[in-house]
Amino acid sequence: MGQTISGAEALILSLIAEGVDTTFGYPGGAIIPVFDVLYDYRDKIHNILARHEQGAIHSAQGFARVSGRTGVVIATSGPAATNLITGLGDAKMDSTPLVVISGQVGAAALGSDAFQETDVLGITQPLSKWSYQIRNAEDIPWAVARAFYIANNGRPGPVVLDLAKNAQNQKIEWTGYRQCNYIRSYNPYPDVPKKLLLEAADIINDAKRPFILAGNGVTISGAEKDLAALAEKADIPVATTLLGLSCISSNHRLNKGMIGMHGNVACNIATTNCDVLIAIGMRFSDRVTGDIARFAPQAKVIHIDIDKSEIDKTIPATVGINGDARTTLQQLLPFIRTAHHDDWIRSFDDDWELEREKIINKEINPDDGVITMGQVVNKVTEATGNQAVLVTDVGQNQMQAARYFRYTRPRSIITSGGQGTMGFGLPAAIGAKIAAPDRTVCLFAGDGGLQMTIEELGVILQYNVDVKIILLNNNFLGMVRQWQELFYNERYSETPLVNPNFVMIANAYGIPAENVETPDQLDEAVERMVKHDGAYLLNVNINPSELVYPMVPSGSVLDNILLSKTEKYIKKQKTDYDKL
Amino acid sequence: MTNYNTLYTVTVFSENRVGIIHKLSIIYTRRKINIETISASPSSIKGVSKITVTAYCSKDDIIKIVQQIENIIEVLKAFYYTDDEIVYQEIALYKVPTIKLLEEPNLESIIRKHNARILEITHEYTIVEKTGHYDETEALFYEFNKYGIRQFARSGRVAVTRSPLEYVTMYLDNEEKNRRPTEIWNSRE
Ligand SMILES: Cc1cc2nc3c(=O)[nH]c(=O)nc-3n(C[C@H](O)[C@H](O)[C@H](O)COP(=O)(O)OP(=O)(O)OC[C@H]3O[C@@H](n4cnc5c(N)ncnc54)[C@H](O)[C@@H]3O)c2cc1C
Ligand SMILES: Cc1ncc(C[n+]2csc(CCOP(=O)(O)OP(=O)(O)O)c2C)c(N)n1
Repeated sequence: MGQTISGAEALILSLIAEGVDTTFGYPGGAIIPVFDVLYDYRDKIHNILARHEQGAIHSAQGFARVSGRTGVVIATSGPAATNLITGLGDAKMDSTPLVVISGQVGAAALGSDAFQETDVLGITQPLSKWSYQIRNAEDIPWAVARAFYIANNGRPGPVVLDLAKNAQNQKIEWTGYRQCNYIRSYNPYPDVPKKLLLEAADIINDAKRPFILAGNGVTISGAEKDLAALAEKADIPVATTLLGLSCISSNHRLNKGMIGMHGNVACNIATTNCDVLIAIGMRFSDRVTGDIARFAPQAKVIHIDIDKSEIDKTIPATVGINGDARTTLQQLLPFIRTAHHDDWIRSFDDDWELEREKIINKEINPDDGVITMGQVVNKVTEATGNQAVLVTDVGQNQMQAARYFRYTRPRSIITSGGQGTMGFGLPAAIGAKIAAPDRTVCLFAGDGGLQMTIEELGVILQYNVDVKIILLNNNFLGMVRQWQELFYNERYSETPLVNPNFVMIANAYGIPAENVETPDQLDEAVERMVKHDGAYLLNVNINPSELVYPMVPSGSVLDNILLSKTEKYIKKQKTDYDKL
Repeated sequence: MTNYNTLYTVTVFSENRVGIIHKLSIIYTRRKINIETISASPSSIKGVSKITVTAYCSKDDIIKIVQQIENIIEVLKAFYYTDDEIVYQEIALYKVPTIKLLEEPNLESIIRKHNARILEITHEYTIVEKTGHYDETEALFYEFNKYGIRQFARSGRVAVTRSPLEYVTMYLDNEEKNRRPTEIWNSRE
């Protein structure tokens, strides 16, 4: 015989049983019973009170992405539930495990346009991996168990539990909690037939110019070591996607950088020239492929992805392997022969040299008295021993931070990739710091994006969250301005911003802050920020005419690369790839 | 390559839960593909629904649609077919004024020719039922239309495959092997 408890308490006990110790929540009428119970369990579950539900869900995303644990969000019905939508879309796109619990009007009132009633299931279905409405208390432990199982197995994603108020108040007999580990209609970890492994191994073993593209799926499955093992054994250079950046150390000799629109020249050129492309846990997003008809034209493609619907979705696979990255790589490795591709790997050097000369050196050491984004990022990554977690907002700040930061530990980049959600950065950084208190968390944001969720500074104030905020302030919606400069005749429609005094704003929230106006102030300011025990904000004055290069124009073939406004990439020396 | 003129029949085996049709239909809607017919009912497996959807689209579309349908957690399995791979039927009901039918000298031969049957006769109206392919139920519609059809209803398509095997049952048997013993919630499936 169990004891009799309320549905709300059953929910909290279920969360505790799932190992939840932190939630990101915001109360309201339709969820008060849950927060009431939480009050009794506040020694076990620590709720972080966001300042906006969008902030709560982005924080939960940051929490999940830095730790691999499922982020939990609790909010009320109606406007609170709709405030969560942006975060749900973002988490769905970037495969982030969340359990989102929203209050709902009582079951009897459903469908009656009751106060703060929203069709949460209806609006969240396209944005969630699973959603379920709980109308009576008995369903609570069952639904929570499924929610956690679904959210963080297979391809992770957000799960929505729409919890009717009557179910929160209803009494049930509590007989304990059982985790879910099986759903007959959902097999999260498909077995990989040996035949496919052998086919893939044959192609890799025969390759002359093999190239690995590693993505977020490597991080998700914890396959960092296995990725390096494959690359090392078969001597294969590796590029990553934006979301895969920290799945192989920046110092690894085979790590050749990032692919895609603002990726490294050498990686985009190599993709065009490789004869075998091994894509691991990445989904060939359009920012990565450019023109798909002319993507990797010479390559046989091996695609390893846990989501079957990603295989052949945009780039047809010669061998499509539907499986977990780590397991598959472990099973594949014994069939891979030791190999050497010295000439092929050396062929990256010219393009790296070119990119350094034309872009990187100028960005890191600008000579005309302005501060560039790359320079700031470079300073910060050095000052943190290349050990920090990078969180970005969206836009130029995001691209430059991703490009110039260096990664030596797994799970070190948290950025809104598929959705590009401005306002993601600040709350995500807060969540990341809460999940990984031992790591330094550096947020780079633009003046536009920071203001989209700037209210979350209140969370830093209330909970003393040590986030280093570097505001790359160009007084413009910089990335849009860049497109306007390059493709819209320099017509800066609605992109200049009149900005507030960010130092005063930070100070108002108890956060020490300083302006960095000139390059000579930068070093010491970064030093002070890193040394300071607690949150800190640097408002760095960035020249608005800084553009992010290299750039492959949207939809263009990957080797059509702009190096500056006037210069396109042309291969210096013709490499005879067939001889490699 | 893209050919939008193929009618694909998709059959979906799913747990019988709230909201599946919504999840399924938004997969078509996202691609601006119009659903021509849809029908849902319990399948031969207890607790599992079978949903049959037809739509015109390209092969490329239908492959991706079916995979995305399979990503719906509650969906056990989904398949797509062209018309030659399945045996399918629709059912149509026609309500016609009895008095008009009685005036028709060839009533018997019409009913015979179309392989239709009469379900109910009152002084007011007669209800005729016909099962067949779309063009067949349509043909009878034109025949009766001259008497003035009072009401007409046609079902979505139902279909079975020509294959000797039932893949869903195989799938379920296979999945059962993966089941680990501690799970108790499945009694609700
Ligand atoms: C302004 C802007 C510019 C951008 N420019 C670039 C750019 O230049 N280059 C770039 O790369 N991106 C860029 N992006 C990001 C881009 O939009 C995509 O978000 C990103 O490329 C996706 O990377 P991904 O495929 O590795 O990750 P995801 O989109 O997260 O996909 C992960 C894949 O891994 C699979 N997976 C998950 N778990 C596992 C597992 N256990 N085992 C195996 N597979 C698994 C998933 O099914 C999925 O297919 C940009 C974004 C913005 C906003
Ligand atoms: C919510 C949202 N609205 C609009 C956009 C479109 N957008 C992408 S980048 C960008 C400009 C960002 O400006 P800022 O935050 O100042 O950063 P910068 O590019 O200058 O570094 C905009 C408006 C977006 N990605 N997200």
